[in-house]
Amino acid sequence: MSTINLTIDGRAIEARQGMTVLEAALAAGIYIPNLCADPDLRPFGACRLCIVEVEGIRGLPASCTVPAGDGMVVRTDSPLLETTRRTLVSLLLADHADDCLACAKNNRCSLQTAAAYVGVRERRFPKATRVLPVDDSNPFFTYDMNKCILCGKCVRVCDEVQGVGAISFVNRGYDTKIGTLMDRPIISSLCESCGQCEAKCPVGAITAKNYQQPSRKVKTVCSYCGVGCGLLLHVRGSKVIAAEGDRESPVNRGSLCVKGRFGYEYVNHRDRLTRPLIRRDGVLQEASWDEALELVATKLAEHRGKFAALASAKCTNEDNYVLQKFTRGVMATNNVDHCARI
Amino acid sequence: MGAENGHRTLCVCEGTGCVSSKSPQIRQRLEEAVRSLGLEHAVTVKPTGCHGFCQQGPIVDVEPDGIFYSQVTVEDAEAIAASLLPSGQPVERLFYTDPVSGKAIPYAKDIRFYSGQQRRVLRHCGRINPEDIEEYLSVGGYDALKKALVEMTPEQALAEVRRSGLRGRGGAGFPTAQKWEFCRQAPGTEKFVICNADEGDPGAFMDRSIMEAVPHAVIEGMIIGAYCMGARRGFVYIRAEYPLAVRRLRTALRQARERGFLGRDILGSSFDFEVEVMEGAGAFVCGEETALMASIEGNRGMPRSRPPFPAQSGLWGKPTNINNVKTWASVPLIIGQGGDWFAGIGTEKSKGTAIFALTGKVANSGLVEVPMGTTLEEIVFGIGGGIPGGKRIKAVQTGGPSGGCLPARLLNLPVDYETLAQAGSIMGSGGMVVVDEDTCIVDLAKYFLSFTEKESCGKCVPCRLGTHQMRGILERITRGEGKLEDIDELLALGETIKAAALCALGGTAPTLWRPFPTR
Repeated sequence: MSTINLTIDGRAIEARQGMTVLEAALAAGIYIPNLCADPDLRPFGACRLCIVEVEGIRGLPASCTVPAGDGMVVRTDSPLLETTRRTLVSLLLADHADDCLACAKNNRCSLQTAAAYVGVRERRFPKATRVLPVDDSNPFFTYDMNKCILCGKCVRVCDEVQGVGAISFVNRGYDTKIGTLMDRPIISSLCESCGQCEAKCPVGAITAKNYQQPSRKVKTVCSYCGVGCGLLLHVRGSKVIAAEGDRESPVNRGSLCVKGRFGYEYVNHRDRLTRPLIRRDGVLQEASWDEALELVATKLAEHRGKFAALASAKCTNEDNYVLQKFTRGVMATNNVDHCARI
Repeated sequence: MGAENGHRTLCVCEGTGCVSSKSPQIRQRLEEAVRSLGLEHAVTVKPTGCHGFCQQGPIVDVEPDGIFYSQVTVEDAEAIAASLLPSGQPVERLFYTDPVSGKAIPYAKDIRFYSGQQRRVLRHCGRINPEDIEEYLSVGGYDALKKALVEMTPEQALAEVRRSGLRGRGGAGFPTAQKWEFCRQAPGTEKFVICNADEGDPGAFMDRSIMEAVPHAVIEGMIIGAYCMGARRGFVYIRAEYPLAVRRLRTALRQARERGFLGRDILGSSFDFEVEVMEGAGAFVCGEETALMASIEGNRGMPRSRPPFPAQSGLWGKPTNINNVKTWASVPLIIGQGGDWFAGIGTEKSKGTAIFALTGKVANSGLVEVPMGTTLEEIVFGIGGGIPGGKRIKAVQTGGPSGGCLPARLLNLPVDYETLAQAGSIMGSGGMVVVDEDTCIVDLAKYFLSFTEKESCGKCVPCRLGTHQMRGILERITRGEGKLEDIDELLALGETIKAAALCALGGTAPTLWRPFPTR
């Protein structure tokens, strides 16, 4: 991939062809406040916080929608940019709840970061008095439009990445909000509860229920199906408290489905089997792995030629290959089937 | 006046304004009266598009005499028909009365509202039946198309448009030929042309009237444009709130298709072109070209950042050209009469004519076409007949919510793109609202700002929230609770919105009072 050279705030920056000015700046470690830009989504240009000055371009273009060009001279900071950004953040804050400390996105909020950067120290505009209903219908996450900044990331990820399109911008002007078809509760919409919207929401408008911050994150692979999505399990003590898609995983690049993202509670569930059990005298009793495998091998040997294998979509291709090989080669039968075929 | 002088035609205005005052019933009654008087061989009664003088509607013109009957009612039909008998006399009580002299004027050509105009694009409005392609053909319709396709290469046709100096009539005034050239040069074999008929400025009805009166002129212009740019498909994106224009456009498209002006191998030129009508869903912002294209694609009409411009990546990512109704309707004139002829009137940088919907506190309101460079004074006090009730003029608002208010002291300004922009307003698409001394400018600003606030697509922060706060401040001022700091905050917000808004709807929202610094 060819590289281009541009100047940002007087520094010579090397960027990849195809990057936006914002991406080039962020990659070079230069922060430009932004709320609606996302590396997984197409440029949108809605929040206007990432405005910059570019020599030869009129006005204040949003750096998230301007392709980085060779020889481009960009300024991310000037009195005009500062004033404009401060006004924009002030406008957003006038329309945003004030309960940062009690908010699930506290310390993970892009609006906090932007407000801290531009230095908003006082309430400039009268506080919005409208109260929008909170949609609590989904068992995994909550929609609170009182905190929404309309960056559109939720709508875009649902459409561009998931291909679901359960939510959209509805209404116009000041009444614009994120909503479902016919404004029904999210649970009654096309939503598949994948939670991608929650993962992308930069503020407290879409939050996972009962979210707590982890003490550490553990990189692993989702055990639900054969796809093999990369996971970062959020752990507190020895308990899994949340799951996050691993953006570094080439399999899912950060995306997850409802099971992978919200179906983690089984890990710490008291009913979960962690040791093999063997039924002895009609009662299931704990056994060692050697005992259990020995028993299985013995039983299988008794049924050679009188056997059928049903494989699972939850297993990987490799697992399923081994299963059919074992069935044909060891169990001496071609009776193999797969649940996805039925 | 008698039938022995030849055949007479009664042109009954059936533009939206006159239709709402029962002009179709008037026409029906006229037809009955003509029949009952045995005049059916000497008199034709026909519907036409807008005559432009909507305030005086319903209008009936007697052609070829040029008698102009105003504010006609169904009950007047018999008298009008009887006037066409050999012994008949014109119906004087239906003559237009000049608001200045108080005199009744029988002929349209003597009415200041018409005599002050130079009608080019509107020349057939009110004269032909918009639903009959034969009538358009009889006045030279589609001759320009034949000339372009048979006698000219696309390059030659484009050169003619360039010579005319035509600039976008949607308001921004970008040179049309240059825009066509960008689309023509853009790589790709699939290209689109679009007619932006999403006219939405308060008080503006230029585009609607043209589509209702001469829909074929718009279609003819689009075909020529598509030929120049190599587009095979076109769309007319039109407000669903214009049902009559939608119907007439659809009728015109069907007739053009039957005549072989649309479809495959048009006039044996091996050029294929088809046009579809696309009705909008009621969003003002869809007049913005990127939002308009999103809407055609079936998405929510929200603007996106440019570049890429439509000429590079437009509808479905293909090179696309978008022009306003008036721009397209000007094209057949340019090809037919020549670019030099078109550029023969106007100013140095603004050629041809400008079309305005003159409304507000003015004696003669209606559709006005004047050469570029005509002064506001001539439009308002000449053609418009001044301010009724002896009131003083305060300002002229042009350009709709994106435009500005020009104070009375600027009445001697010539109307062209640059001059209006320098004065702090814009040419705009053609809305012109006259404001008298009784109107409060802050109230007016509040009205236009609340319009923008409601019609903001909601995408970008400065437009969605900035206009909301500005309107709140204006509400306080008009309640008498204004503070001196409010002015500073309004100006600061205005600057932010102007600098940071994603599209022109927001970017021009706070401009209304720019020429009124002291207020």
